[in-house]
Amino acid sequence: MKIDSIKNGIVIDHIKAGKGMYLYEVLGLEKLDCQVAIIKNAESKKQGKKDIIKIDSLIDIDFDVLGYVDNGLTVNIIKDGVLIEKKSLELPEKIVNVIKCKNPRCITSVEQELPHIFKLTDREKGVYRCIYCETRAKDR
Amino acid sequence: MKSLIDILDLSTDEIDELIAVADDIIADPQKYAEVCHGKKLATLFFEPSTRTRLSFESAMLSLGGSVLGFSEAASSSASKGESVSDTVKVVSCYSDIIAMRHPKEGAPLVASMKADVPVINAGDGGHNHPTQTLTDLLTIHREMGRLNDLTIGLCGDLKFGRTVHSLIAAMSRYTGIKFVLISPDELKLPDYVKVDVIEKKGIPYEENPDLEAAMPDLDILYMTRVQKERFFNEQDYIRLKDSYILTPEKLKNAKKTMRILHPLPRVNEISVAVDDDERACYFRQALNGRFIRMALILKMLGMEVK
Repeated sequence: MKIDSIKNGIVIDHIKAGKGMYLYEVLGLEKLDCQVAIIKNAESKKQGKKDIIKIDSLIDIDFDVLGYVDNGLTVNIIKDGVLIEKKSLELPEKIVNVIKCKNPRCITSVEQELPHIFKLTDREKGVYRCIYCETRAKDR
Repeated sequence: MKSLIDILDLSTDEIDELIAVADDIIADPQKYAEVCHGKKLATLFFEPSTRTRLSFESAMLSLGGSVLGFSEAASSSASKGESVSDTVKVVSCYSDIIAMRHPKEGAPLVASMKADVPVINAGDGGHNHPTQTLTDLLTIHREMGRLNDLTIGLCGDLKFGRTVHSLIAAMSRYTGIKFVLISPDELKLPDYVKVDVIEKKGIPYEENPDLEAAMPDLDILYMTRVQKERFFNEQDYIRLKDSYILTPEKLKNAKKTMRILHPLPRVNEISVAVDDDERACYFRQALNGRFIRMALILKMLGMEVK
């Protein structure tokens, strides 16, 4: 399969196989007018299989969302056909409106306008907890 | 301006200071009788509570201040659909400090983010109840003369019992602490306390569903009520409510110096016959609640009494 190479844009590489579509959704890429390619189950020497997203525009990406969903991925920024920056990600300290608190006793269950904020409470284990009720987020 | 949402918002030094001020208030209440003259405490109770609300109000009145507020959601604008954020923004205009109880976890945190005055969490669902913990700490300190080197048995509803969660978090910062967790299987301590607080800090603990077997080791026995309002299913409540009932017979093997605490209200988990035992200090604990809240209000309003 051949996908055109990007002149000005972003390639999100080394996405855990199967997470590409989810990332597409949480990053809101369906709202873009430019070309976006999702490659599923691409061959990878390191991972065996991986997903890749190619975005044919230099949009603002929420790196916190990326880091939360899969901190093993890399983000390549391409300008005039040249790779100008390659970013590795780490787990963000805080994520806002990426996941929702499922605790029916949490204040966010009744006050719809409140932002759903989760804080990283254990970097080693990658544990996130709701800042309001401390309920643990489901494993990513 | 600082709010108190979680007991861990206070350092152990700050807790020591509050205990010292509370001790001073107990020794000379007259000295504090007018220090908050002209200051107003708003008690926003979206969930009914008699003793916590009255304890806050009594604390402010004992400092010469005044109180305003509501005691259930039905008599507040929440019944019209107003958000917590909007309510506290408005109440900030009318008061110098807010004490809030809410059935939903995290509501006082939301309030503290929006209010222009300090907010004290007076209990949020089954989550936190820091002023009860301050009351417990003052009581333990006054009864035992220390906050370290204690084996603390926590008995009853350890799952929804917010006072238990806050007390564990607070006591975990002192040395020589051991916890004995006494509960039915369905009401065990949640992982966010057991794993993230007790195990993470390497504090020794045991889970022992047998209260009498655990009794001889305990310096403190912290009893709790199985709270009807925390159950979605009444059958579960009825099945579990009588899991532990403390009677004089069960105290036979307890240390003479042990102290029995209970955040109150009790239903039947401590037999009335235990009340006369010198180890029972839950009514002294309720009295301490007023003194520590007085100390807290002074601290949060930035007032010092020489």
